[in-house]
Amino acid sequence: MIAEAGLAALWFAAAMALLQLASAALGLRLKQDELAAAVRPVAIAQGALAALSFALLIILFLRSDMSVLLVAQNSHSAKPLLYKFAGAWGNHEGSMLLWVTVLALAGAGIAMFERKLDRATLIATLGAQAFIALGFYAFLVIASNPFTRLDPPALDGMGLNPLLQDPGLAFHPPTLYFGYVGLSIAFSFAVGAMITREVGPVFARAMRPWVLGAWIFLTIGITAGSYWAYYELGWGGWWFWDPVENASLMPWLAATALLHSVNVLAARDGLRAWTLMLAVVAFSMSMLGTFLVRSGILTSVHAFAVDPTRGSFILVLLAIYIGGALALYGARVGRVKAGQPFDLLSREGGLVLNNLLLSVILGIVLIGTLYPIVAQAMGQQLSVGPPFFNKTTGPIALFLVAAMAVGPMLRWRRDEANAILEKMTVPAGAAALVTAATFLAADDASWMEIVGLGLAAAVAIASFAPLWRRNLLRTPLFTWGMIVAHFGCAVSLAGMAADSAFTSERLVAARYGQPYYVGPWRIVLNGVAPVVGDNWSAVEGRVTAIRSDGGTPLLLTPQRRFYASPPTDTAEASIRTRVDGQLYAVLGAQDAQGRWQLRLWWKPFVTLIWFGGGLIALGGALSLIGRISRERRSVRRREEAE
Amino acid sequence: MKRKHQRLFLGLAALGAIGGASGLALSALQDQAAFFYTPSDVATKSPLTDKAVRLGGMVEKGSIRHLSDGVTIAFVVTDNAAKVPVRFTGVAPDLFKEGSGVVAEGKFTDAGGFVADNLLAKHDERYMPPEIADKMAAAGAGTTAAGTK
Repeated sequence: MIAEAGLAALWFAAAMALLQLASAALGLRLKQDELAAAVRPVAIAQGALAALSFALLIILFLRSDMSVLLVAQNSHSAKPLLYKFAGAWGNHEGSMLLWVTVLALAGAGIAMFERKLDRATLIATLGAQAFIALGFYAFLVIASNPFTRLDPPALDGMGLNPLLQDPGLAFHPPTLYFGYVGLSIAFSFAVGAMITREVGPVFARAMRPWVLGAWIFLTIGITAGSYWAYYELGWGGWWFWDPVENASLMPWLAATALLHSVNVLAARDGLRAWTLMLAVVAFSMSMLGTFLVRSGILTSVHAFAVDPTRGSFILVLLAIYIGGALALYGARVGRVKAGQPFDLLSREGGLVLNNLLLSVILGIVLIGTLYPIVAQAMGQQLSVGPPFFNKTTGPIALFLVAAMAVGPMLRWRRDEANAILEKMTVPAGAAALVTAATFLAADDASWMEIVGLGLAAAVAIASFAPLWRRNLLRTPLFTWGMIVAHFGCAVSLAGMAADSAFTSERLVAARYGQPYYVGPWRIVLNGVAPVVGDNWSAVEGRVTAIRSDGGTPLLLTPQRRFYASPPTDTAEASIRTRVDGQLYAVLGAQDAQGRWQLRLWWKPFVTLIWFGGGLIALGGALSLIGRISRERRSVRRREEAE
Repeated sequence: MKRKHQRLFLGLAALGAIGGASGLALSALQDQAAFFYTPSDVATKSPLTDKAVRLGGMVEKGSIRHLSDGVTIAFVVTDNAAKVPVRFTGVAPDLFKEGSGVVAEGKFTDAGGFVADNLLAKHDERYMPPEIADKMAAAGAGTTAAGTK
């Protein structure tokens, strides 16, 4: 009965979305206040029904109900509880249901808590949200019903891909989905504002928390995904420019640009049309991301058993959403009045530069990601990999980081070049010093690595400049947020450049007891022994590592694991973290003479990459809390005045 | 700056940025895109030897040999119509095994072999790269167990 109830809840939620769209459209068009008043409660009902449907799917997975096709295909009764739970969205149908559930809950959230926006724009926003949701409901009930029964029931499930049986990964897709959905909400606000033509600071302040929230989740999702690829794939790399990685990076780039331009709109009432455009682009990128991952159009290490027939459905949805959004933009943007003017050398000018550079990087990543698909359609098989992306986006990203050192020091409206030069002396001096030191110390480092380290030093110092001569306690929380996020960028960049410039790597056919050297470490393989886990067995290498300058020895235990269901073997890298880097070992196969393949890396300061990513997300969170509490206060003050 | 000028300037800057990005990307694609070959392609047209490319197919049954240095393997990639010998130094990925699909990244040698820097094997034994499925079907081998998805 649970599966049937879940499907019924899904249908009712779809009906609510239809009702929500119809009453919003008719209410606004016919100026029927009673109809428009229905939109809020209906949006809340839609959220509750979608959440109920998803909760029932989770119950089916927790109970291992093998009479449901999706459970039988993706779960197994012997699986640890966490992965039964996460298995509910570790597959196509479940993840789509999660997508629409988050979207519906976000709509309910707007209906309950948004108070500043004028009523017509709010109704139009909820109408747009219902329109987006309807496409996903149709997709679910027509092409990917998660509640399909299996008759007769399976004896047991087929299990979950072992690579996905990882606590970090269980929460990786939902994190990205929160980000994608947040951007679709920002887009709904933009549609609402375009319909009612109320594009201004009030609209910007209503949209900003959703952009910030989406951006925080995307940042966490990308950072966690990168670390997952680093330790789980066992290739020693942390970013592969894989199309699926790009699918999450592109919305992040657009969201980062939007996040900065929406501040110009909120604070100075400038960049109106541009901010609307970015909201359209950010949403398009998140839809494209969903499309790329879910359609099976990509050849990718991430492409887990996909069904190409669904691709056409999502492609049609994509065309309707993006085409409709661009058409509405084209029809309405001419009537959006120009905002406040500003000098080129001003905070606004700096933010425009930020937006342009981010857009350029986004454009390059988009071209590089889609080019193989287009080429394939024209009969040519090719792939675009890291050399292309590093060579093209690297220099622009470094320029962007250089601009980030200066931007926050600029004043709104206009600033003096001399004043800026004066403020920049300390960061520029630090950059020169670090660049020179790196150049002398690492003679085989590339110019990007050297400049990267120098710029990281400059931004690390410059990011604190907004605190100069300010009362630290009275500095608003969102200013702290900006400082922490910019500092996080510097930390992450330092990690990337250090890892790229200073990593040492060894591949050996190891004999027991014989020493090998990687970086400052002396490594010995003492033995290989069998071990057994919950649903796997493995051979485990016992590797000791001693630093050349002494210290306690480290034990590394890289494994080759064998999973029975589905039958898979995987390499489990063993990683030991030190203050100044990570030692990384992967066990390979044994050869005829009894030697084991052992791949070793010493990666100085590599952890800074993800630590920086965490700081960026923390900065976003501080900013979000600061913004929301300030809005709350101003709403309360206004209500008291009334 | 007047409002009208500002809008014009921003529009031009955006256009310039988009144009510059496209130009940069397309010119870089000319030398950085890696072409994809199957063993049949190699037999019919002589492949480039100075550029990184991808070679895809199935690992032939019984072809994996471990060389005496202990870290290099040699194997044969086939699409049931033609064969290419491949060498790879490193830890072979999970799911790299005989009779499974593989994509090797690297360069062709003048002698007609292939030296791989990187091997990609799919992380799902039910999955097969679409290129390989297409080409194997085209090579008249669509009925092999893994060839039909």
